Order: sequence, then structure tokens, then C-alpha cells
Amino acid sequence: MSQIDDNPLLVAGRELKSRLIIGTGKYADYEQNARALEASGAEMITVALRRVNLSDPSQPRLVDSIDPDKYIFLPNTAGCFTGEDAVRTLRLAREAGGWSLVKLEVLSDPKHLYPDMEETMRAAKMLIDEGFDVMVYCSDDPVFAKKLEELGCCAIMPLGAPIGSGLGLQNKVNIRLIVEQSSVPVIVDAGVGTASDAAIAMELGCDGVLMNTAIAEAKDPIRMARAMKHAVIAGREAYLAGRMPKKRYADPSSPLSGLI
Amino acid sequence: MQITVNGETVDIADGATLTSLIEQLGLNPKKVAVERNLEIAPKSLYAEIALAEGDRIEIVQFVGGG
Repeated sequence: MSQIDDNPLLVAGRELKSRLIIGTGKYADYEQNARALEASGAEMITVALRRVNLSDPSQPRLVDSIDPDKYIFLPNTAGCFTGEDAVRTLRLAREAGGWSLVKLEVLSDPKHLYPDMEETMRAAKMLIDEGFDVMVYCSDDPVFAKKLEELGCCAIMPLGAPIGSGLGLQNKVNIRLIVEQSSVPVIVDAGVGTASDAAIAMELGCDGVLMNTAIAEAKDPIRMARAMKHAVIAGREAYLAGRMPKKRYADPSSPLSGLI
Repeated sequence: MQITVNGETVDIADGATLTSLIEQLGLNPKKVAVERNLEIAPKSLYAEIALAEGDRIEIVQFVGGG
């Protein structure tokens, strides 16, 4: 399916034809992950940075299944709870990959994994000062979203619902406010549970959707990846098409004249 | 001499460099990143960075994540 009359998603100078970004966690193995990625049509994937296993260096590696030359790797700071942790992690990620586009997430309480916005702001500033292009996971607060944009973040990524919860977009009003006020891409990150959630995000005017668990923990991740691909396209097309006005009463679709 | 790599004690030869450490551990230098005593070690300098007793090394790679 082609997207007619639409501009590509532009993030820090990179053009993405697909508006779906997927995570690479929680899959049964990297092979399944690679097949889901193929089915999703995504061109950008989030990745984490962890210690190599010294006792078994021959363990399967992500890069053996998913080629960093073919997909854009977006290193994250998952598991970081302070700005310093995040900066340290992303400096290593930049050295490992050789690129400066990163996903910043500074989390707080493990129970809800909400972003610590004070630390996120501090870390974003440190990273931008060091030349990183920062796509930032944030709360759905339009005030913080604006501040992050003003700091120079290249994409604003508000959560739709807590990470891994699959609850769908909980605050459409705020997501819409963030979309309206932003001049950088807005990508809903976290909370999508099924295809309609992704379509809703796109219908609100979001520039993209980032998801992991919704695909990885579906009964058939490959099929769900394909569903998400179509949902994101459908939602985007619906947004561009402009929906019909809502009406309080019925309005027949067949002509009333000429009835026998 | 002894250094710490990813939290584990590792014995290395005197005069070892990051290149020889990575080789000793059986890793592919192209697929990892290294931090020495909290400082990034650029890939281009692995062969020149001589390790010292008590160095704290972190060797990381990309893994699946959201």
C-alpha cells in the first residue's frame, strides 16, 4: 500500500517512509523479532545497551539478526533513573553505533515507569549540549512537551499509557494539544495495546507511533506487526483525509426522492 | 595484573591494551563499546590504550529494548 500525497516523517534530517517505530524487547528470540520487524515495515527500531556476557560471548546478538546498516537503530536509556545515567549510557551507545540520534527516557517509579520530567529536562539539555539528536519520551503534559521542544529535542514522544500496559491512549485531549503546539514530530511512545490504539494516535495527528509490547506479546507477533503497519497507515490517511463532522441524529445515505 | 570488566575480576598480562583485552575475551571490537574508568574509549584508540592495575572497564553492546 502506498501513502499518496504525504510527506515522509522527518526526524533530525532522517526521512522515514514508515511512521511506525518498533521496539526490540520481549520477543521470543531475535529471529522472531527480525520477522516482526519485516512485517511491520518499520525502518527505525529502539535498542537498549547492556553489558556483554563475558562468560558466553557466543550468545545470539541482536545485530546478527537485525542489520544496523538496513535499519535505523535508536538507542534508548531504559533503566536509567538519573540524568547522569542516561548521558553515560548514550555516550556509550554513540560509540557503539557511531550515530547521535537517541531516545532519552529517564524513568521514576518502577510501578508506573512514568518519566521523571525534571531529570528528563536536565538530561536532554546535557545531551543536546554534547551534540546528540534527542527524541524524548515524556509525560503527556503539554507544558513539559513545549519546554523539551524549546530545549532542542528533535521529537516529542508522550506516553499514551504506562510502558508495557497496552491500555491505549488515556488522554487524547493532551496528546492533541501537544500535536497542535509542536513544530517537531510528535510520536506516541508507550501504551498502545492493539491496532485501533495506533490508528487513534495517528487520527489525532501524531506523526508516528512507537510500540514494543503490543507486538512482542501478541499471540502472533508477526501478524500483529502487520496489523500495526496497516493501522498506522489507516490512521494517518484518515487524519489527512479529514473526518466527517459528528452529528447527533441520523442522516440517510440513500436519496429520499424517487421512492416507490 | 587484575582489572574489573563488567563487574568481574579479570587477569590480564602486563602491558595489555584494550585491543588485547577484547581479543582475550573473544569479542568482536566492531560490535561493542568500551568505557574505561567512566571515560569513553574511542574505537580508534583501542590499540593505544594501555590498561593499568585496578582499571574498571565496561564493555557493552546493543540488545533488544523498547
